[in-house]
Order: sequence, then C-alpha cells, then structure tokens
Amino acid sequence: MPPDTVSTPGGALARQFWAENPIFRQVLGICSALAVTNLMFNTLLMCGGLIWATSMSAVTVSLMRRLIPQRVRMITEVLIIAVYVIMVDIAMRVFFPEIHRVIAAYVGLIVTNCIVMGRLEAYASKNTPFNAFCDGLGSGLGYSLILMAVATVREVLGFGTIMGYPLPARELWWHQWTLMVMPPGAFFVLAGGVWIARWFAMRREAAAAQSPPAPQAAPPQQGGAE
Amino acid sequence: MILMLADTLAKEAAGQNLLAIFFAAAITDNILLTRFLGMCSFLSISSQMRASIGLGLAVIFVTACTGAINAALYWFVLIPLERYGVPASSLQLILFIVVIAAFVQLLEMVIERVSLGLYFALGVFLPLITVNCAILGANLFLINKNLTVFEGFVYSAGAGAGWAVAIILMAGIRIRLKTARIPAALEGPGITLIICGIMALAFIGLSGLIK
Repeated sequence: MPPDTVSTPGGALARQFWAENPIFRQVLGICSALAVTNLMFNTLLMCGGLIWATSMSAVTVSLMRRLIPQRVRMITEVLIIAVYVIMVDIAMRVFFPEIHRVIAAYVGLIVTNCIVMGRLEAYASKNTPFNAFCDGLGSGLGYSLILMAVATVREVLGFGTIMGYPLPARELWWHQWTLMVMPPGAFFVLAGGVWIARWFAMRREAAAAQSPPAPQAAPPQQGGAE
Repeated sequence: MILMLADTLAKEAAGQNLLAIFFAAAITDNILLTRFLGMCSFLSISSQMRASIGLGLAVIFVTACTGAINAALYWFVLIPLERYGVPASSLQLILFIVVIAAFVQLLEMVIERVSLGLYFALGVFLPLITVNCAILGANLFLINKNLTVFEGFVYSAGAGAGWAVAIILMAGIRIRLKTARIPAALEGPGITLIICGIMALAFIGLSGLIK
C-alpha cells in the first residue's frame, strides 16, 4: 500500500481518482453498487449519493477528529455516514420515487461501503477538512468513473439504450445479450475492466523497469488488496 | 401488542412455506452472487480455506440473530411509533446498524467468557462482520419483502447460509487455482470475479427448483 502522505488537496484528489482508484487498484467497495449497474441512470443516482456521503462525512470526521475518543471511533464514524446517507435517501424519495423503490436498499448500504469507511479511517481522521474533502471527492469520483463504465457496457449490450434512449437504428443490427442484464454480467464486465487496467499498469511498470535512467517516482507497488 | 403478536403467529401458521423462503434466500437469490453483498471480505478471505469456514459460520449466526431482532424492533417498535410522527424508514438504517454492532460486540464478550477455543477460532472474524454489508443487506431486504419476525429469521438464516456456501466453494476453487496458469494481469481479484460470474450462472440455473 502506498503511503497516504500526499498533503495537497489536488494531490489527494488525483491520487484517489486515478492512481489509487478504489475499484481497479484496491478492489474495494463493489458490494453495494454492482447490483444497480444494469441501467445508467440508476447508477448515476447511486454514484451521486456515494460522492455526497464520502466527501461530506470526510469533512465532518476531519472537523471532529480531535473530539472523537479513540475507543468509540468506528461507531461514531458509522453514525456520521448514516446521517448523510439518510439525507440522500430522503432526497431520492422526493425527487425520483420510482427509482427509489428499486434501489432504496442499496442506497442504505452505502453506510457499510468499504470505500467510505476506509477513507475516513486512513485519511480523514488524520488530515485537515479541505484535504479530507478532496480525498473523499476523489474516491467518490474514481468509483463513479468505473461504475458508469460498467453500466454503459451493460446497458448498451443488455437493453440497447443509453441513459434510457434507444441506440440509433437498433432494430437493424442490435441483438439483446440477456446475460448482461443478469447479475453474472456485472461480474464479467468488471473482471474484464480489472484485467485491462492491470495489464496497462503492468506494461508501464515493465517499461519503467527496462529503462534504468528514469529517476521519477519509484514504480508503484503491484497489486492492491489481495 | 399481545393482539398483534397473536395476529403474527396466526399469519405464520397459515403463511408462506418457510422452506421455500430459506432455499430462495440461500440458493436462487444468493446474497453474494446475485446481490453482490459482502464482496470485500469475500475477495480477501476466500484465499484461505479455514478462515472461510470460520467466517462463513460466524456470518450465518450473526445474520440470523440480527435479522430476527431487527425485524422484531421494526414491526413492534418503529411501526407503532410511526403514528406519532417518527420517520420509520429513515430511522431503520441507524437502528439496524447499531443493533448489528452491539450484537457483535456482545457476542464477542460472551464467546470470550464461555469458550476460549471458540473465541480463538471465531473471534478474529467478528470485527470483520460489523462492516459486512451482507448482514445489513439481509436485514434491509427482509423489511422490503414485508416478512414477519419468524419468516425474517428464516430468510436471514438462509441468506447467511448462502453467503457461507459461496465463500467456502470459492475457497475450494482457489486452492485449485494456485496450480493453474492464469494471465498475470488477471491474478487475484480478476479471476475471482470471473469465477463468481460462473458460479452466479450456476446458482441461477437452480431457480426452477423453487416456484
């Protein structure tokens, strides 16, 4: 695990968004979200909720980091996250009642999402509020990037639509791939994504190792959470 | 209150087939393979067989018990309070989390007192369980499905059993994988996800068993 020592807000954001992308590099936090990725719009709402919950709870925990006693730290953090998740839940029930009925349980599950909890523990509880905010925002955006990519593949192949709009002339050439609508499709698409991302990362590392006079930044350690 | 309890019991006697609820939760509606819950600890723990069995058993026990407790609290405390303007659907989330965390903490203390052997076998997994989304997920789904307390207990026991079956199967498959030749970039999480997909297909194939 690379150190969480980047202290500039922009650095923290970029690190979480790409270099340490929570899904591809660390394979964390896919629990509550794969289930909603067969339609892009549902995924978008879910990602919005997660970004709000990670960034705002990071700010709150960071502001309170000297007040929270060490022994009850986890449960306090969980309750802080729960407050923001309930805000998302209520907002969604008001503005998107039909979608809320489908994904309500998964929105609630943002509370136990490993990404949120992990960032609070590893970063927000030790850094200043603005840095923590950027770190949370970066994780949320990095997670959303991957989920939206998975959702795009699944919706196009499974329903032949993009954000609910049919593909051009889809009767002529498109044929439904039912597997993509069903749960296994999510596993296969995500595994493919992880494969491609790791392959690029490994190729870059190999290139860096072959040209010795490359003093910039030590090659990132291979493999996140095993 | 007593009337309500009697009512529930009567409903249960006449109610749905409990066996069907259990098998649907464990097999065709497997919480890990069709709802993707509890993936984090699944991906990291399934590389060790012994740990998978221990964690699986702990998850069955905690899910079943918290499912029953939470269903009871929801139907007999939160819903009656709703008349006085308490937002039940918003509070259930906080209530469930606190109940799960408290239950796990209590269980840890009890096991430590009663049996040190069991404590060393299961104790290390208990903290992992508090953040396992399969448990919170099962609790939320049983409310969504409008199950009574006893049905909720059966449903969450089934969900826990399904999770345990999936992680133990995966641990067995991963033992064989150690000798297989896998593309370097696909090792670890990548190949595990693909196997999950194939297992999910197999479990969906069983759905004809339950009507």
